[in-house]
Amino acid sequence: MKIFSTAKEAIEKLESNQTIMVGGFGLIGAPLTLIDELTQKDVSGLTIISNNLGEKGKGLGILVNQKKVKKGIGSYFTSNRDVGDAYQRGELELELLPQGTLAESIRAGGAGIGGYYTNTGVGTELSVGKEEKEINGVKYIFEPALTANVALVRAWKADTLGNLVYYKTARNFNPMMATAADYVIAEVDEIVQPGELSPEEIITPHLFVNGIVKAAKILTKDGVKSIG
Amino acid sequence: MQNLIAKRAAQELKSGSVVNLGIGIPTLVANHIADGDIFFHTENGLLGVTDVNEADIDPNIVNAGKLPVGEAIGASYFNSAESFAMIRGQHVDVAILGVLQVDAKGLIANWAVPGKNIMGVGGAMDLLTGAKKIIVTMSHTSKDDTSKILKECTYPITSTRSVNLIITELAVFEVRNGELYCIEIMPNSSIEEIREKTKAPFKEDWHNNGGQAR
Repeated sequence: MKIFSTAKEAIEKLESNQTIMVGGFGLIGAPLTLIDELTQKDVSGLTIISNNLGEKGKGLGILVNQKKVKKGIGSYFTSNRDVGDAYQRGELELELLPQGTLAESIRAGGAGIGGYYTNTGVGTELSVGKEEKEINGVKYIFEPALTANVALVRAWKADTLGNLVYYKTARNFNPMMATAADYVIAEVDEIVQPGELSPEEIITPHLFVNGIVKAAKILTKDGVKSIG
Repeated sequence: MQNLIAKRAAQELKSGSVVNLGIGIPTLVANHIADGDIFFHTENGLLGVTDVNEADIDPNIVNAGKLPVGEAIGASYFNSAESFAMIRGQHVDVAILGVLQVDAKGLIANWAVPGKNIMGVGGAMDLLTGAKKIIVTMSHTSKDDTSKILKECTYPITSTRSVNLIITELAVFEVRNGELYCIEIMPNSSIEEIREKTKAPFKEDWHNNGGQAR
């Protein structure tokens, strides 16, 4: 576990053509500082697993406009029109999954499960080409687990061991993503000493986390602001 | 019109229910709940959604429409996998959602329009799969005045499961064994108007209203 003093150092190991999980529901709970740093980095061909690809010109949306993203895997790209346009121009591949399937596939990936059967999406356009199986009279489709080379997550507080706690609805996909990648970096508001977080409140135990860095960009009522 | 629909939907919610509200008219349903005994769930990870005053807005407390909300006493936060386990696992009593189309069997289309980019599905399919009861709240016709209640959906369906109740500004329909029953005429509507603007076959059953259409 490493404590990075800057986001730039935190993402030094990231390379082109990697698969990167990025936490957040829109900009809420997205690691905005790490994403911003990624927009400054010379990488391409990334596969991004995230519920959305940011908002128009914000967050992961910048990365899309820079053509650094080869493929997006998520549940809701509608809110960023640039994503649709890039897809139409053939510059971006997209894989759309129901939100619960996206979450569960990441959870499964982190838990060493190869895949699972779900009845969400059975008989719809999103089940085309997927294996169908009847279990106790109910139809299910097979969904493979998702894993990544890197996960960029947003937490509220970390201790110096890398234990994480989250804030309100900014938690969303972050705890699962922290389990499902080879290299996990958490962006946090506050870094405290071990023992300061109650063992009962820790959501992500430190064994999942490779690095932490303090947030320099935060979401406020008036949008994304730089701090510090 | 939206409030009329939302108010009618609110009457369906039993005390102690866990309810997930979709975007649009469903969001308004919360304004018509008299007691605090309904627990609102939002799939991005909060059970115990309540309204928030402008001054108390926290940008990190939002609903599935990414709009600011408040946290009720007794609320809890959880991750997305757990949130959808609640939904798929049939722990959510009622989901109220908006749709683009509904057909004669009560199947709905609410996530994609042919010819446009299929860009988002969110939690729609999961809610259809797992919520114990599904209530649709919608305008009876679309902006160009075409009926949203059709013999068959022309847009891609969200699930092979039928919804339970459809509430529009004109009528309330119940889906029973894959058939539509008009059970109520809304204020300022008539059975003639309902027949004219509904492009799916339906039966009429007014037993809840003393055998009267209203």
